[in-house]
Amino acid sequence: MKLSVLYFARLRDAIGRPGEDIEVPAEVTTVGELRAWLVQRGAPWSAAFAEVRPVRVAMDQVMALDATRLRDGAEVAFFPPVTGG
Amino acid sequence: MTVRIQQSDFDVGAELAALRGANPRVGAITSFVGLARDLNDGREVLEITLEHYPGMTERALEDIEAQARQRWDIIDALIVHRIGVIAPLDQIVLVAVTSMHRHDAFEACRFLIDYLKTDAPFWKKERSPQGSRWVEARASDEQARALWQHREPGK
Repeated sequence: MKLSVLYFARLRDAIGRPGEDIEVPAEVTTVGELRAWLVQRGAPWSAAFAEVRPVRVAMDQVMALDATRLRDGAEVAFFPPVTGG
Repeated sequence: MTVRIQQSDFDVGAELAALRGANPRVGAITSFVGLARDLNDGREVLEITLEHYPGMTERALEDIEAQARQRWDIIDALIVHRIGVIAPLDQIVLVAVTSMHRHDAFEACRFLIDYLKTDAPFWKKERSPQGSRWVEARASDEQARALWQHREPGK
């Protein structure tokens, strides 16, 4: 499955890039499994996801949960709790 | 309903006049203006850099406005939020609501800013004499949002 992954704010700073296009193995089917798969790749993802907690996630620009099923071609964004206004 | 994300400042008077337009049905306008402070969590703030998630921000704000419309009898609403570098004394956000009667305008305006605080993907980074840091989300903002969830629509 191909995904467009985006990172914002402190998480982007910690990972060192605003996003990446990735292809995940078939066993990665949910948002939570995607995060775990990113972390097991090691640095910088492992340290970044350990440093920035909690992390929110949106799929196709709508807030998602760990159990949300990934869609092929989806845009998945990880970011810290929002602080606008 | 209008949602605008912009770098430039806004003129509250002009925005409110435009929101009212020439609609003689409007009996109330409420507005909230969020401003940049020079102090946060005990640290002096020299400037704030605001970033957002283009696309999702507009979607989230339109969704919040749709929820407000279900709860209250409002005529129109406006949200203007600035991004980029902002200094103390500067305006950051404007939320304005028109309705026939004040109750709906007051309540919907508070609802919109409370939900914007927790649901719209903006992030602030503060620069102070000690260095730069990302602003942490406040538990009180989550609590303000949660209070609305326990209230019946229109109340």
